[in-house]
Amino acid sequence: MSHDARHRKADRAALLSGLAWTAPWWLGFLLLMAGPLVATLYLSFCDYSLLEPPAFVGVENYVTLVRDENVHKVLWNTLIYAAISVPLMTALAVGLAILVNQPVRGQAFFRAAIFVPTIVPLVAAGIVWMWLLNPESGLVNETLKAIGINRPPLWLESPQWAMTTLIGVSLWFVGTPMVIYLAGLQEIPETLYEAARLDGASGWGRFWHVTLPGLSPVILFNVVVGLINAWQVFALPFVMWRTRPGPDRAAYFYTTYLFDNAFTYLKMGYASALAWVQLLIILTLTGLVFWLSRRSVHYVGR
Amino acid sequence: MKLRPAQILTFVALCLISAAWLLPLGWMVSVSLKPAQEVSNAALLPHKPTLDSYRRLVLPPSRSVVDATGRPVEPTPFYFPLLARNTLIVLLLSVGGVVLASSAAAYGFARIRFPGRDLLFAICLATMMIPFPVLMIPQYLLFKQLGWIGTTAPLWAPAWFGSAFNVFLLRQFFAGIPVELEEAAMLDGCNRWSVFWRIMLPLARPAITVVALLHTLYVWNDLVGPLIFLTRPEKFTLALGLQFLQSRSGDTPWNELMAASTLIVLPVLILFLLAQQVFIRGIATSGLKG
Repeated sequence: MSHDARHRKADRAALLSGLAWTAPWWLGFLLLMAGPLVATLYLSFCDYSLLEPPAFVGVENYVTLVRDENVHKVLWNTLIYAAISVPLMTALAVGLAILVNQPVRGQAFFRAAIFVPTIVPLVAAGIVWMWLLNPESGLVNETLKAIGINRPPLWLESPQWAMTTLIGVSLWFVGTPMVIYLAGLQEIPETLYEAARLDGASGWGRFWHVTLPGLSPVILFNVVVGLINAWQVFALPFVMWRTRPGPDRAAYFYTTYLFDNAFTYLKMGYASALAWVQLLIILTLTGLVFWLSRRSVHYVGR
Repeated sequence: MKLRPAQILTFVALCLISAAWLLPLGWMVSVSLKPAQEVSNAALLPHKPTLDSYRRLVLPPSRSVVDATGRPVEPTPFYFPLLARNTLIVLLLSVGGVVLASSAAAYGFARIRFPGRDLLFAICLATMMIPFPVLMIPQYLLFKQLGWIGTTAPLWAPAWFGSAFNVFLLRQFFAGIPVELEEAAMLDGCNRWSVFWRIMLPLARPAITVVALLHTLYVWNDLVGPLIFLTRPEKFTLALGLQFLQSRSGDTPWNELMAASTLIVLPVLILFLLAQQVFIRGIATSGLKG
């Protein structure tokens, strides 16, 4: 046997063995991801209500989608939610990470206390906040009344407040990014801070020139993940505004509308078109964030 | 000592923030212990604490319970023992699957040099970006074909294909284990499978613990999956049962809702207190991979 042939045989053995070991993942990928992606794309060009086989209708669903007033509304709501909650969450998480990184008594307790809400199931969290925000005897409005605000907002019922309420409640889960930024902070070399101190940098200067650049790759990653998650917001508004579309559709979001089309109205074709548009939006958003932040993050890498 | 005032300020701020973050949970427990007539009272602590709300959720629904006027009380749709059993079944099958499948795939990516490996691994990483709503309609149709709608199978079967994030996490861990260990074992006559089973898996215990814990949390909290795939209340998971209890608009008293919420939070809270460091380290690594 020639050297080459032996080599090829070894290659083939490695390929078979590699494919066998990784089989769970790639089989799942084909069956539960690649297949469904193609199927969703096909269904998005069909009229399909589960009762009869899918009927091809061309781009009709996409035309409807562009004109659908509900789509405009949920797109706007979801955009506003993502655009406000992600930066707010990032700022709060970085701030809290710096606070719980200070050497104070009870440090471990403070970290755990702020982190604990993130393990609370969203259904339970939604119910607890509904109770805290209810207009009759909720703790929030009772407190506001006690300090002299006689007509506190109807947090859940009024369309003007629904978005603020949801964004506020979402901040309760700041523990996840906080813990991530905390780990990021601990990876910034102490020598950088010492050098900054020798250069006479103030606390603010050290934050601006050492901490923030040091954290920037972690911030980028978490902003991307945060955007993807915010764009898919579902469980919390689903629980807190149980009648959909809710007060003036103020807490009605893209994924909720997709869910309703697929499983409430059984418009599987239309829902598939909504799903593909969502995928494209998420890919675009992710690409945009990476593109925008290329400079600021590179700065640290050097 | 210039640091002192800053430190005191930090301490006070952290006390206030922690209190604010814990208050909703304290409030949840407090309301769950209030008798019906106290529920609309905004007092911080129950005047006459009672376990009545819990009793209703935990005792068998078949027991004929009567209210104060002697009328039979309808059984609650949140019967904790049944829902907990359903959730635990899904949890065990799902965590077992995700650990085994992800570590086998991770081992392949970490240790076997085969053509196309890097491309395949890149695809694996990229799939983490795909949102579930894009996949849920065909997955629903697939499970419908299999006759699985209304059973818990769609909630745990996909776990046996592993998950991209866990494959990634375990691959990084395996890649850090010295190859010499394996080579020595192979010289002693071990094949790949026994190397994986007897050497790599035991060594990867810290990473596997992280995977198992994070996946437990995911299964325990998941609402979308059960909402789509489950149809009958006797198959519901805890999260869906709680949502169902809550969605019967106005019918469920708040103390009962809070008791049910407490029951669903308590197990994960205990798990968190037992494995706090693993949790926090796991979350931190999951966010640092960028």
